[in-house]
Amino acid sequence: MRCGIVVFPGSNCDHDVYHVLKHVLGQEAMFLWHDATDLKDCELIVLPGGFAYGDYLRAGAMAARSRIMSAVARHAERGGLVLGICNGFQVLLEAGLLPGAMRPNRGLRFLCQDVYLRLERHDLPFTHAYRDVRVARMPIAHAEGCYVASDEELDRLEAGGQVVLRYGDAGGGRGDDDPAVNPNGSARAIAGIVNRQGNVLGMMPHPERCAEAVLGNEDGLPLFRGLTEEHGRTAR
Amino acid sequence: MSRRVASPAEPAVDQEVAAEHGLSADEYERLCDLLGRTPTWTELGITSALWSEHCSYKSSKVHLARFPTSGPYVLQGPGENAGVVDIGHGWVAAFKMESHNHPSFIEPYQGAATGVGGILRDVFAMGARPIACLDSLRFGRLEAPRMRHLVDGVVRGIGDYGNCVGVPTVGGETGFHPSYDRNILVNVFALGLARRERLAHARAAGAGNPLLYVGSPTGRDGIHGATMASEAFAADSEAKRPTVQVGDPFTEKLLLEACLEALRTGAVVALQDMGAAGLTSTAFEMAARGGTGVYLNLSRVPLREPGLTPYEIMLSESQERMLLVVERQRQKDVEGIFRRWGLEVTDVGKVTDDGRAEVRFARRKVADMPVQPLTQGAPVLRRPVRVPKDLEERQRPPEVPQPDDPTAALAALLDTPEMGSKAWIWRQYDHTVRTNTVAGPGGDAAVLLLKGTPAGLALTSDVNPVYCWLDPHRGGAQAVAEAVRNLACVGAEPMALSDCLNFGSPEDPQIAWQFRECVEGMAAACRALEVPVISGNVSFYNQTDDGGPGGPRAIHPTPTVAMVGLIPDLASLPSSSFTRAGDRIVLLGTDAGEFGGSAYLRLLYEVEQGRPPAVDLGREARLAELLRFLAFEGLISTAHDLSEGGLAVALAEACFGRGLGAEVSLELAPLNLFSETQGRALVAAPAAAVEQVLEEAEAYGVPALEVGAVGGERLRIRASGGAVDAAVEDLRRRWETALPRWMEETG
Repeated sequence: MRCGIVVFPGSNCDHDVYHVLKHVLGQEAMFLWHDATDLKDCELIVLPGGFAYGDYLRAGAMAARSRIMSAVARHAERGGLVLGICNGFQVLLEAGLLPGAMRPNRGLRFLCQDVYLRLERHDLPFTHAYRDVRVARMPIAHAEGCYVASDEELDRLEAGGQVVLRYGDAGGGRGDDDPAVNPNGSARAIAGIVNRQGNVLGMMPHPERCAEAVLGNEDGLPLFRGLTEEHGRTAR
Repeated sequence: MSRRVASPAEPAVDQEVAAEHGLSADEYERLCDLLGRTPTWTELGITSALWSEHCSYKSSKVHLARFPTSGPYVLQGPGENAGVVDIGHGWVAAFKMESHNHPSFIEPYQGAATGVGGILRDVFAMGARPIACLDSLRFGRLEAPRMRHLVDGVVRGIGDYGNCVGVPTVGGETGFHPSYDRNILVNVFALGLARRERLAHARAAGAGNPLLYVGSPTGRDGIHGATMASEAFAADSEAKRPTVQVGDPFTEKLLLEACLEALRTGAVVALQDMGAAGLTSTAFEMAARGGTGVYLNLSRVPLREPGLTPYEIMLSESQERMLLVVERQRQKDVEGIFRRWGLEVTDVGKVTDDGRAEVRFARRKVADMPVQPLTQGAPVLRRPVRVPKDLEERQRPPEVPQPDDPTAALAALLDTPEMGSKAWIWRQYDHTVRTNTVAGPGGDAAVLLLKGTPAGLALTSDVNPVYCWLDPHRGGAQAVAEAVRNLACVGAEPMALSDCLNFGSPEDPQIAWQFRECVEGMAAACRALEVPVISGNVSFYNQTDDGGPGGPRAIHPTPTVAMVGLIPDLASLPSSSFTRAGDRIVLLGTDAGEFGGSAYLRLLYEVEQGRPPAVDLGREARLAELLRFLAFEGLISTAHDLSEGGLAVALAEACFGRGLGAEVSLELAPLNLFSETQGRALVAAPAAAVEQVLEEAEAYGVPALEVGAVGGERLRIRASGGAVDAAVEDLRRRWETALPRWMEETG
């Protein structure tokens, strides 16, 4: 599959995503520069983690207005796959491709640690390769990952099945108010959401950082495998 | 004959003015001789920076010459922006450690942040992409004034900078001791990777080649930072805030990418960071290394605000700036790359072949100085040394009380910020970005994957300042030996080390003695354990004179060692924690009941006395070889070195990783569970492999004893006449909350 990884000035997980797609999964991966207007026929667009434009303003705010994002929006509108990880998720929110916003973590500190994720849906291109796996362990690394939205919006997300990943405990239980379970304090412990059409996913955890056995955790690999090798199965 | 150098708008220079710049009468005379005339104001500024302790190493040079600097892995020893080792598979690793102590005490967030920025630039100036940082931090007592603010600021500063640039902080160490109440230490290490043929240098060559200034514009921040770092603090250190620079990690990230891309064109002849002493040291050092000269036109230097004088431009330590020498014919190609990354690039001068540095500003010549005599002619001082008056008192054998209750003693030790988990700190550092982190912070050594190969790199930083204060020679040797042991625990062979030597004022003969002894101890260990020193930094004047009785108070001698090792194959990497119930525990090395400078005496009884544990370098070498063999052969599942807190603490730490208990019994007095005799480690192996582990230990000449097994939820250590018996969970909770309890406390 042709996979395009957008490089904003300040992206710093671009190489990591490239490594997984290209070297672990053997896909055709390429970098797309932030001021490009052409997505070079890529079927999957990844907005990687990092600090686009330094994020001195509000995480993702400037990147959301960069030239390539119009092309990404058109790609999404046509049903093309878009995956935003960490800063990429923040960019998707700021660009309005996903609803809600990010606030600084509860505790107001950057947090780099493993979290457990409840997989709430298995019928999306992003999650179908997890099959009967209900809980995945992945690292987070962010300062602004506290997902917020209005109650009505949150209800709409829940009702529409748009909450795909939720912070939980090792056994898959809820613990929204427990900082050990939901470390950044996200509303309803939301870690990842998808748009209504099911082709744009934003998530704070880093699946690309746990996709090789040598790193001691491969829980992120099915996400990329599901998107690439078994592509063709669309949402709903 | 002297060249005319006019500077009508600037103050005249005489010996008094020179003294205010920190130049001694001898140094001033020497400068006048070199120039054949009175220096200009700008020239005086340049000289005071180049000859500052920070840049010239004038007090340390004679001692540093004792370090071995070559070895089978070494490609580049001291003298470049960073040292370089050949790690095989076509890859080289460039690394260096540096201090940012003085600025971090004055302004912790920016001080620490810019420390990270500077060391990253040193590494990518070698053409190497930074892939890991370590931080060795020393703070005072958390109850000391400003201390929690300093801890918080330093940790946020390191985190925000490294996290944004995308370089993982994979390890380090943090200590707390009253000697750092008024002078904290922030030592930052970075390592980068490059293909062997892509290694870059900082030697200005090719007369006529342009000098390109890239990165942030120059402002008034950090002027005389290098000089400030060459003085002790007085009561007014707050007033020095303007000497601290401000960091911009986003620009750093752009510089990093643009410099690496520019280097790939082959058109870059040389590049160097503008670090301490700014444009001055960069231009002079690059020309000195290349045996060339430089012409600089300061009117072209991009400025953040109007009105900077040539003096200020030459000495500004504004961050995120690099100077490049590029091939004249390909100047446009290189400039295009920087512009594409949104960076300013300006032609500010050229390489010359007359061996002089000529600096112009507004059509006036403001400096014209010979390069080599000024850089290599920096004074070399042989400071007088004297054994500290109270050394005998310090080393008097301490009384060592038996623990009333060994379990309570262990719990109390683990419950201190000093011995407790540092996860509160390293959770704020991105330690997994770049997806090479096989073992991150918290173990004996960090382990990084070398992608595309079966091999890995291991990194550790170590020093015990209390040992160094009680016996600097032993302390210096111990720092090197412990680093070797930590690397051996993950099966790594040491390739080289970088150091950061933090001391008080070298003008105090007792401190000069500490320095010499520490260096000699380190050098002896480096030779015996075959670890060359390939880069590093000296930080003197870590002391404060607040006018109190007894004169200035200096920090404990702190020669931080950052060591890099190679693991041939990651397939059989042991963990620093117990991983499997049923594994048998084997203790390597024997105890000699040594408590001088021990955590037990210091943290439980507030006694800091006696000679620190002896360092038997032969025994250390044999132990390290054995550990590497056991790891490589996949015979052990766990390896953890015994250090502060002795066997009891090592066992507890090994239990914490997975919450697995252990049952151990030994013929030792309970007190000896806390002895800090060196050259020891504990390993765990499946029952079927224990015989072989014991046989190999015998073959390597390392005493080994099977002492128990992994399993259950309690840590039980039966000694002769007493025992530790506690739930692992209870111990772990204390250990985990010891530091956050202090830091998260509000009000």
